Amino acid sequence: MFTDLILRSPPQAGVSKDGRERNASMDCQLDIFFLEAVLNGLLLAGLLALLALGLNLIFGVIDVVWICYAELVMVGMYGIYYAHKGGAPFILAAVIGIVLVAAAGIVLHQLVIRPVLDSAPINQLLVTGGVLFFLQAAATMAFGIDFRNVGIRLGSFNAFDMSFSYSRIITFGVALAAMLLLWLFLSRSYIGIAIRAIAQDRQIMPLMGVDQRRIYMITSAIGGGLAGLAASLMVLQFDIYPQIGLQFGPLIFMICVLGGLGNMLGGFIAAFIISEFIAVGGSCFATEWGYAIAFLFFMVVIFIRPQGLFGGKS
Amino acid sequence: MLELSNIDAGYGGFQALFGVSMTVKAGEAVAVIGANGAGKTTLLRVISGLLPATAGTMTMEGVSLRATPPHKIISTGIAHVPEGRRLFPRLSVENNLKIGAFIPAARQKFAERLAFVYELFPRLKERRAQLAGTLSGGEQQMCAIARALMSGPKLVLLDEPSMGLAPVIVAQVFDLVRRIRGEGYTVLIVEQNVRQVLRIADRAYLLEVGRLKASGSAAELAASDEIRKAYMGI
Repeated sequence: MFTDLILRSPPQAGVSKDGRERNASMDCQLDIFFLEAVLNGLLLAGLLALLALGLNLIFGVIDVVWICYAELVMVGMYGIYYAHKGGAPFILAAVIGIVLVAAAGIVLHQLVIRPVLDSAPINQLLVTGGVLFFLQAAATMAFGIDFRNVGIRLGSFNAFDMSFSYSRIITFGVALAAMLLLWLFLSRSYIGIAIRAIAQDRQIMPLMGVDQRRIYMITSAIGGGLAGLAASLMVLQFDIYPQIGLQFGPLIFMICVLGGLGNMLGGFIAAFIISEFIAVGGSCFATEWGYAIAFLFFMVVIFIRPQGLFGGKS
Repeated sequence: MLELSNIDAGYGGFQALFGVSMTVKAGEAVAVIGANGAGKTTLLRVISGLLPATAGTMTMEGVSLRATPPHKIISTGIAHVPEGRRLFPRLSVENNLKIGAFIPAARQKFAERLAFVYELFPRLKERRAQLAGTLSGGEQQMCAIARALMSGPKLVLLDEPSMGLAPVIVAQVFDLVRRIRGEGYTVLIVEQNVRQVLRIADRAYLLEVGRLKASGSAAELAASDEIRKAYMGI
């Protein structure tokens, strides 16, 4: 189901696109294909970790799950697509996308989340779920169901009989850099430390002179901005269509829950675990099997450790 | 410095404070004593804005506290060390202190004040990189007081600083309070440990089920038969 989306050209059994032969019945071996799959899993993990980080940040700080997170990414992808088509160079289009989704994050918080901040968690899930379907429907009405592509082809990097697309390498690098910057922000700046503090004890924040509403707005903007950044990386790899969020949304939630919902470091590690299941499992068997194994692993972990591999908020 | 007049407050339908009036003058150490549930913690929460007063007036150096949003009250010079210390357990000691200096006026003086609190509490300097949740009870109280001092307050509200601590540590905590007084801070302290707190306070108020029942110098209250019987077990 997510196959061609996440792994556009998974190393398939048989003859791969670059003409290398591989026996369809061959199972996992420690060969060059295996290594390629491991490295591709690593590259995929960067993007998934970035997506999970935004969701975990929002949950960790505001205690609300943005079920519509993947749809915010979709909105960003359309924004970038149209900005680029309208003549903006790609970098500018990406910045526009980031600002657009950051603003969408603030709007989402003010209009939808704030009224339900003290409501039961199920109601919070339902309203953000409502936003998910609203955004999908609105995108279908506004943009149609066509698959769109920004049309940037970056080619691939070849070494030792292995092939990695530059778009994935760039995605990995940018995602890692963004996570590092966020980590520095959260560990060094006053606002960043307040964001972490509020996740630990929200009642006493006024005693520190911290306006909770302001921190929530800033956090929502950062969470949206991360979705916008993910969107600008994803348009390099994937086609854009209104339902694209359904393709990776469930995967991000699985990663967040596996790492411990709200635990940013846990989500980061879980992204790598799941990506390797998908990439290596997909390489050894069929791509679909990669997802099946990943979700199976997820269910087993959740039976044994319902709080996720690394516990709750950090 | 701090003036309360006819303050009412409560939680939902339950009224916890009835017409409380009190004053704290600059440089004083004032204690509020009373039994569990008398409204002592509520009183501090009302002053620092965590709980809105429902009637009465409250000013800090002439500024109306009821008209000030909760997160701005610290900027009037009031720092509140809450009941149970309430450190951020998964932040380092130093980041807890940094949060204490969150308000813009305090950020500029962060380095200076950090040096000051580390001099006052050398133990915190030793543990500055440690997570606050891993400190001992006495060290946590030190850190909570230091965090309050980081905002550069004039008045420090202390809520049950001896709560949950071993007797040896309690004596140390009262010594801490004496030391921050010596540094020129005005202190309003709430305690169940009546005997000890009356030794470090100048004046005291007795609160009973939400109403002020007595007030006077600490020595007077400590000598009162009624208080000795009811609160000091003599």
